Amino acid sequence: MASYIALNYWELAAASVFVFMNAGLSVIFSLRVHRSLLVAAIRMVVQLALVGLVLTTLFSVVSPVWTGLAALGMVLFAGREATQRQERRLSGWWSYGLGTGCMMMASVLVTVFALLTAVRPNPWYDPRYAIPLLGMILGNCMTGIALGLDTLTTSLVSRRASVEAQLMLGATRRDAAAPVMREALRSALMPTINSMAVTGVVSLPGMMTGQILGGVPPAEAVKYQILVMFLIAGGTGLGAVTAVLGGVYRLTDGRHRLRLDRLTAPKAS
Amino acid sequence: MLQVRDLRTNMLKPASLSLSAGECIAVRGPSGAGKTLLLRAIADLDPNEGLVTLNGRDRSTIEGPEWRRLVGYLPAEPGWWANTVGEHFGEWTEALALVRHLGFPEETKAWPITRLSTGERLRLALIRALMVRPKVLLLDEPTAALDAASVAAVESLIATRIGAGLAVLWVTHDADQAKRVAHRLLMVEAGQVREEVSEWPAISP
Repeated sequence: MASYIALNYWELAAASVFVFMNAGLSVIFSLRVHRSLLVAAIRMVVQLALVGLVLTTLFSVVSPVWTGLAALGMVLFAGREATQRQERRLSGWWSYGLGTGCMMMASVLVTVFALLTAVRPNPWYDPRYAIPLLGMILGNCMTGIALGLDTLTTSLVSRRASVEAQLMLGATRRDAAAPVMREALRSALMPTINSMAVTGVVSLPGMMTGQILGGVPPAEAVKYQILVMFLIAGGTGLGAVTAVLGGVYRLTDGRHRLRLDRLTAPKAS
Repeated sequence: MLQVRDLRTNMLKPASLSLSAGECIAVRGPSGAGKTLLLRAIADLDPNEGLVTLNGRDRSTIEGPEWRRLVGYLPAEPGWWANTVGEHFGEWTEALALVRHLGFPEETKAWPITRLSTGERLRLALIRALMVRPKVLLLDEPTAALDAASVAAVESLIATRIGAGLAVLWVTHDADQAKRVAHRLLMVEAGQVREEVSEWPAISP
């Protein structure tokens, strides 16, 4: 099985030369990104090292409680990330709650489905399978939900007159918001559709590449990748649809009014 | 017909007014005083409190969409959601009489919205609002960007509808227009609505 080539720390250090080279270029051309570049590189190393430790422990204990807690932590962190990517957010707890709730529902549902029907490890919650699968689905789900909610709120603001014109003529909130809702869902799903369309031609997906580097025969790695792409598409679609519907529900009310007062003030640019 | 009692929002102080069928009330006041807010609150487009009834029916017992079909509102800058004029009208042939009355040819149906001038937008939005056949119409400066001939056409069209029983609340900056079209005058200043009686002789509609 272990037909992979292990790396030692000197080899990693040698590869980091390219990051320093980039920082050097930033100084030469006064791009002023060298600082954030180095900070990001250090963050990446520290975070991955910690994840390595956490995963090693998780894989050795194979406990449903610890696996669940790790999954919960990932979802909560993804929720924060998705919230911060939005220009105009829902006010109060809705902002964090809606995105995180939809993300949790969609990614957990899809991951559990895959564990029970396709991968079928023993036990089914084996973190070696559950955590990486959840991570991949969650990452894409997060992007989809953040894009969908961001498009929804910015379009409702910019197209307020057109939405209200329909309401004034007696349209229901569902009909009046339908064009904006469609736009939000399209932008949420576009990255997934695009990545499925070019996978294997333009890009070799990271997971498949990883499996191949780890010694898995390409045909097997491809099967896993296809499974993961389906799961990502399903999770992103499910999460984005519920988040956007929830956003429309929150930004309108029972009297069929547009409630942009339930958004936070725009960020000072 | 339309009774408003203590209607208020977080910007608008409690306002009361009553509007009969076939009556037109002019609404005047400085910019930013709350005239638009008053119309939006009556149309129930912003959160508001107070009692509003139409022919004795409490607004809260009527669904929002149905209420806005009964009490139409034409904003100063009407919105458009499709590309061409015709897509904003259910049945273009039914709108044709009004379209011609306000000086548009039949082909207007295919005109792209982006090509319309401000005045054309206002007139087409007025037709669109009238097609719903509201009992009350709330107009926010419907002739602000129009030439004299179009102003006269719009005024006569609305006067005909008022004659047929439509009740109108008409926001205007033009004192002469207010006297021409309205039976009574409301003044809005700093969010406060009050009836102006001094310079207006009481005329019953």
